[in-house]
Order: sequence, then structure tokens, then C-alpha cells
Amino acid sequence: MLAEAGIPVHDTSLVTVGGGIGSFVLVDYLRIAGAPTSAIRVLSNIDHPWQTYRYLTRVSQIPDHERIRSDSGSTPDNIWAFPSYAVREAFAARSLRGFLAPLWQVATEPVLSDYFTPRIGAVFESMAREADRISYREMLVSGQVRMVRRRAGGGYLTIITPPKGHAPTRRVAFRSQHVHLGVGYPGLKFLPDLQEYRSRYGDVRRVVNAYEPHEHVYDELIRRPATVVVHGAGIVASRILDRLITDRDRHQAGTHIVHLFRTYVRGSHGPSVFMRRRGGDGWAYQGFNYPKSVWGGQLKARMRTLEGDERKALYDTIGGTNTPRRRRWQAQLARGRHEGWYVTRVGEVERLAPGTDGTVVTRVRTADGMLEIPAAYVIDATGLVADIREHRVLADLLDHSGAGHNPLGRLDVERTFEVRGTRSGPGRLYASGAATLGGYFPGVDTFLGLQIAAQEICDDLASQGFVPHLGVARSVSQWARWMRNQPV
Amino acid sequence: MVPTLAGRLQTRLFLLATVGVVLTVLVTPLLPVDAPLGTAYRASFGVLFAVALLGLGWELAYHGLQQFRWEKDWPTMFGLLTALNEGLLVWLAVRADAVPGAAGLAGSAFVIHFGVVWVGVWLCANGPMRVPFLRWRFHGGRLL
Ligand SMILES: Cc1cc2nc3c(=O)[nH]c(=O)nc-3n(C[C@H](O)[C@H](O)[C@H](O)COP(=O)(O)OP(=O)(O)OC[C@H]3O[C@@H](n4cnc5c(N)ncnc54)[C@H](O)[C@@H]3O)c2cc1C
Repeated sequence: MLAEAGIPVHDTSLVTVGGGIGSFVLVDYLRIAGAPTSAIRVLSNIDHPWQTYRYLTRVSQIPDHERIRSDSGSTPDNIWAFPSYAVREAFAARSLRGFLAPLWQVATEPVLSDYFTPRIGAVFESMAREADRISYREMLVSGQVRMVRRRAGGGYLTIITPPKGHAPTRRVAFRSQHVHLGVGYPGLKFLPDLQEYRSRYGDVRRVVNAYEPHEHVYDELIRRPATVVVHGAGIVASRILDRLITDRDRHQAGTHIVHLFRTYVRGSHGPSVFMRRRGGDGWAYQGFNYPKSVWGGQLKARMRTLEGDERKALYDTIGGTNTPRRRRWQAQLARGRHEGWYVTRVGEVERLAPGTDGTVVTRVRTADGMLEIPAAYVIDATGLVADIREHRVLADLLDHSGAGHNPLGRLDVERTFEVRGTRSGPGRLYASGAATLGGYFPGVDTFLGLQIAAQEICDDLASQGFVPHLGVARSVSQWARWMRNQPV
Repeated sequence: MVPTLAGRLQTRLFLLATVGVVLTVLVTPLLPVDAPLGTAYRASFGVLFAVALLGLGWELAYHGLQQFRWEKDWPTMFGLLTALNEGLLVWLAVRADAVPGAAGLAGSAFVIHFGVVWVGVWLCANGPMRVPFLRWRFHGGRLL
């Protein structure tokens, strides 16, 4: 049928859609387990797996020399997490202090030190090296994936639109036994009231989202003192504040910061003495986006057994917006409060409207009545994740392939990350990343979580004979190859 | 680390039975003891056995303490610091003649042997262990 429609069909064993970090770590696992490059195709609209992540981190204020959120053992370039990033940084150091500092930090975190987290530049370099080692480029097919459908004879058909001029036809199909979806964030989400302001007044300069380029805000604030309103209480808000305060310190910016909280956390909070999270000054504090044992310990084991409302309830307890309690940020904000250029307000935003002198006025409903905050800029650092329906491939899957929603409304996957209800003969459809949040494993949208998903998928595929089981002997011999940077 | 109770117990027994045994074999001939090598080995392995056995009780206590931690984690540093309480208890057991083969063991020999084994096991648990056992850290330290 496709051939009649003039769409060329390529055959392969497994297709992964997305080509971000989730696809990359799965391909890494499969290659290490023994899959040849010919068995895998990565269908993606980016050239490097870290491209989207790099874009989002750049605009949200993590330049290449800055450190990321995840820890030393979250190593998307190395399935063993040994040597970890802290150890590598130590051995790359050129002074005794440089050698000892990361080791001391990783050995004493989070008690005597903040968590060790790698520099983002080091993470990119390490992934580039691993991509070369596993011949990632040989498997990459550029284009925009339109849909994934089950085939009558089993397996799946994935339709992709290659970039203009790259292929003789407008569409190309890939026929494969298995498919993996690693499409990242289904869409960008803006706060509705900010979005409303932007579309009504056509002003996208003064009201910006942290996940879009907004360097002009910082440039302008250095040139002349003004007030900026920051929304949000997650790590991106922390980073925006860091940037604003660093500009004050380094470039004598006279920025006045009004930080708007929807819920203000006054201190430790939680349902029992066994489940109390630290908090204060408005923020909920936590090293990573979930408690650490979600990626391997007690909470991982517990969530794996929960269904429906029980699962949702545990998500509610351990989730919510939070940020790491870093010593640098604590000191910055304490200084700002003391010197009066950093103030917090609590409430629901009612409306944004243009004010006099080119300002934006945020109207906030607070406990003490309505408050009007005029400012030169408003930065929304609240969130990123939209409805999975906003992603065309996922919507198509829900409508035509039997996929469903999990208790948090995202894509429902099994413990093996197989998308429930989409099996096609001997073929299986898997998904990992943000689209699957709400499943048996909460840490999905992180490097380590993507690796955990990749391991589950690789093991599930191994049980069907797609790759050999990755056991002790192969793991050790492959690790030795990684250490010497030899191809798998 | 983010251990579960089963993971704690399994990891302790496994690492003492492997890394602990190898280090004990290697370090015992170098210990400052006046006894023949056979006697020294009997004492060292007695101590190793005591660390494993008493450790099962300690792990229960650590697991209980871990419940007060929001993250349900066990910081790397705790794994090193617990050498103090555990070492002290084993030493008291040696002094009370409760450790088979270890009667009259010199304090210095005990400290060196115990210290080497402890640091060796701690280092392995915080890195190299993941190389042969890819799933270990995602299963709370369980091997089975
Ligand atoms: C600011 C920020 C900081 C973060 N910091 C950390 C951190 O420190 N540590 C950590 O572990 N995690 C962090 N994360 C989470 C991180 O984004 C994820 O761990 C990881 O990047 C997600 O990988 P992914 O493959 O799921 O998605 P992505 O890396 O976004 O890749 C998905 C790719 O699929 C492509 N795609 C989607 N649809 C199609 C289609 N139809 N056709 C073709 N291609 C398509 C997209 O263009 C995208 O490039 C951070 C996230 C953000 C936003």
C-alpha cells in the first residue's frame, strides 16, 4: 500500500523516535548488549542527542561552565556510572586541591557538602565520546516523525518526513519489529495569564518564559536599574535569581527582584515524621526532582507495587515544585533580603496589564487583598510540561493504537516501559522520558531515569532474543572497552 | 547509596565474603602479631566473621534510622563513619573472648585489619560494584 503511494519502506529491527538523551541511552545499552548498528534506527529532528537539553539549559541559565542538577552517578555516557563524574573530574585536575575537592564533596554529600554535580560541558563532552564509540551517527535518520502505527502482520510502521532536499519523496517509512518513543517534553507550557498578556498586547519582550531565549532582559537590566518579577519556586527560578544577583554583583546592575510564590513553604513539611521534606523562605528543598531513593531504593521499590489512586497519592507526597538547598543560593538570597533588593510575595496572579513608562503591572490576589506590582520584566519559571496530546505522535497513539493514560494523565507504561495496549504480534512499543511520568517509576525525566528505563527495555528485549542478556561477564568486558575507548 | 533492607544485608555479606576475604588474606601476614601465621589467620577470619554477623544487626538499626530521612538514602559518609561503632563493638567482643580464634589479638593488629577491610568494602560499594552488577544499584543493593 505504501509502495503504491510512492513512500519508500526501509526495514530495521528497532526504531527509536526522538533522538534525545532518552534514545541515546537506550541505543547505548543495546549496542553494549550486542545489537549491531544495522538493527537500530534513530529517527530524530536533531543532530546530537544533547541538542534539545543544551538549548533548554542554555536559555534557563546553565552555560557550559556551570553545574547541572543531577549527581555524580548520573552518567548518560556510561551505563555503569563508574568512574563517576566526580572521580573523572578529580583525575583530570592539575592540582592537588583540584584532585581532592570533588572527591571530598562526593564523599561527604549531602551532609557536609552540597551534592556534587558535574559541569554541563563535561557531560556534553562525555556523551560525544560515547556517541562516537557506539557509531551513533550510522544509526541516525533525520526528519520529523509523523506517526507510529501497528502493522497487520505484527511490528510497526513509522512514518517520517525527511528535511527538504534530503530524500526524493516527502515521506519515508520504517518497518520494524520494535519501536521506542523518546520524544521528550510533549510541548512547552506557559502560565495562562502570562500567555494571555502576550497575545493580547503583542508584547513578548517584557513577559518571557525561562525556557525561551531572554538574554535581552539581563542586558537591559545591566544598562538601567529596574524591577523584575520572577514566578516559580523550582530549580529554574533558582538559576534565574542566581543570574540576576550575579549581574548585580559583577556588573553593578541595580535590579530589584520581586519573587512571586503561589504556595509559600515556611519550613519542613510532610505527612509524618518519616516523610518530612525540608523547606523554608518559600521553597521546598530537595537535591533532585524526587527523593533520591526513587532511583533505586525504598521509594523505587514501593512505587513499583502501587496502582491507581495509591500511586497518585505517593506522587503527590514526594512530588511538587522544589529546588536544591545550595549554600551559594542561600547566601545570595539572605543578602538580598537583608539589603532589601529581594522581596517575596505570595498569591495567585489575576491579570497582567501594561502600566505607565512601559512597565507591566502584575495584579496578584494575596491574603491581604489585591496587590499591584509594576515591573520592567516578568520572567515565568514555573513549568515546562504540557498535555501529552499536544504531541502529534502521542495523540495518534492514543487515538489509533490502544495506548492509554496513567494515573497522572500521561502515557501508561508497564514496569518494562512497554506502552500498555499497543503490542503488535511479537513486536513491542516502548516509551521513556517525561511523557511517561506517573508510571511505576517516577524518576523518568532524568538521565539516570532514562538509563533505568533503558535497562528495563534492554532486559525485556533480551528476554525475546533481540539481544543477548547483559550478564556479569559481558558487563565487565564491555566496561573494559569503555575504559579504553574501544568500539563496543 | 539508596539501600533497601534486603539490599543492605545482601551487599554486606557479599562484599565481606569477596573483598573482605581477599583483603584479609593479603593483609594478615603483614600485621604486627607475634603468633604463627595460622594463628594470625584464625584471628583475622574470626574478626571478619564477627563483622558480618554483628553487622546484620547493625543493618537493621541503620535501616530504622534511614526511615527518618526524607530521601530514604544513606549518605556515602555514613558508610565510613559506621566503622567507629561497629569496630568498637567487634573489639569489645574480641576482648570478651567472644570471637572465635581472636583471643589475645593485639589492638594495633585489629585496627589495621579492620580498617583495611572496612575501607576496601566501602570503596567497592561506592563504585566498582556497579561494573559486574549493572542492576544492583537500581535494586536497592540486592544481588538476588
Ligand atoms: C532546564 C533543564 C535542566 C535539566 N537538568 C537535568 C539534570 O541536571 N539532570 C538530569 O538528569 N536531567 C535534567 N533535566 C531533564 C532532562 O531534560 C532529561 O533528563 C533529558 O534531556 C530528557 O531526554 P529525552 O530524550 O526524554 O528528551 P529530549 O532530550 O528533549 O529529546 C527528545 C527529542 O525528541 C525530538 N522529537 C520529539 N518529537 C519528534 C518527532 N515527532 N520527530 C522527530 N523528533 C522528535 C525532540 O526534538 C527532542 O530533541 C533537565 C531538564 C531541563 C528542561
